[in-house]
Amino acid sequence: MNHSRVVQIWVGLFVAIGLASLFMLAMKVSNISALTEQDGYVIKANFENIGGLKIRSPVTMAGVVIGRVSAIGFDRNTYEAVVSMTIDPNYDNIPEDTSASIFTSGLLGEQYIGLEAGGSPDYMKEGDSFQLTQSAVVLEKLIGQFLVSKADE
Amino acid sequence: MLDALQRLGLASLNTLERLGRGHLFLLNVLRGIPSLFLRFGLVVHQIYSVGVLSLLIVGVAGLFVGMVLALQGYNTLVDFGAEESLGVVVALTLVRELGPVVASLLFAGRAGSALTAEIGLMKATEQLSAMEMMAVDPLHRVIAPRFLAGFIALPLLAALFSAVGVLGGYFVGVGLLGVDEGAFWSQMQDSVDLYDDVLNGVIKSIVFGFVVTWIAVFEGYDATPTSEGVGRATTRTVVHSSLAVLGLDFVLTALMFGD
Repeated sequence: MNHSRVVQIWVGLFVAIGLASLFMLAMKVSNISALTEQDGYVIKANFENIGGLKIRSPVTMAGVVIGRVSAIGFDRNTYEAVVSMTIDPNYDNIPEDTSASIFTSGLLGEQYIGLEAGGSPDYMKEGDSFQLTQSAVVLEKLIGQFLVSKADE
Repeated sequence: MLDALQRLGLASLNTLERLGRGHLFLLNVLRGIPSLFLRFGLVVHQIYSVGVLSLLIVGVAGLFVGMVLALQGYNTLVDFGAEESLGVVVALTLVRELGPVVASLLFAGRAGSALTAEIGLMKATEQLSAMEMMAVDPLHRVIAPRFLAGFIALPLLAALFSAVGVLGGYFVGVGLLGVDEGAFWSQMQDSVDLYDDVLNGVIKSIVFGFVVTWIAVFEGYDATPTSEGVGRATTRTVVHSSLAVLGLDFVLTALMFGD
């Protein structure tokens, strides 16, 4: 093996390691796996207050992530937040009277939408809205209520 | 009074002249790059001396920076019961900031100084003039391959730094400190965005690679052709490129993550 061949092998190895690092950053560290599952059907829900909910927050049912929040808008007429969520097409049997609530994971964690299945035989379709929703719990409100109830005692 | 004014004027004119020379030099080097793809062997040899030989220092530095980040982050986060977020802290710090910046600083010290010294010495021993005598443009034959090699090598080194750093953080966080493995990776994947974080980090390292190698080859080419001049040029390379990397990092961060 002559010298220039050794150099070329080393450079090949170097470039391969560099590209492998980039690949690892993309696949293992970043959210590329979440980005690929974009397809699905969209359901909307109106909330009085969404707290810290963000686009791409998870939508869960029984604790399992079945979709993600795809858009957050504001309704001019009802002064409510309109949250669109994209649900994985595998879960196309969500009953029509399912309720959606905004929960917080842990004390200071991220906020997510939790769905609780109803008993209706009809299933949700693309563009449907949840009838039963529960807003995010705002910590300051809770503390305020607690103080008021303490003062009453 | 007039003397002081004259000195100020001379200094500003010299600085401006150097800046102008630097940009003309860059233009000429860039013009030499297309023809390099016909003789890529030249670039491969430079990638070896600039990139492969920097692998060890960049890899080891990345490993230890990631480990220290995990250790320090854990001590702070555990007070809030949020040690599961350790993966997020380590990955975001490395991918957004430390990966590109520290890799570039190491690159300026390890490879940039070597480039300047090599080219400066070539000039001092009149090898560059000899090339011109043979109607070989040293900008195309000597400078352009080195420039392209640095430009290719630094983004790869920065990616390696971040990846090794995340692994180091994983070893310390999960292996030593007992953070839950699933939470470490899943929280990281939840918060690190492919475009906003990883891609912006890569763009940063590309910009740094451009600036650091530009400064290094220009300082070498523009060095006073004496042993003292080469020494001073090497020092200037390390100082100027480090300052440029740190300053540009602030500007790029403000542009990318400002909103």
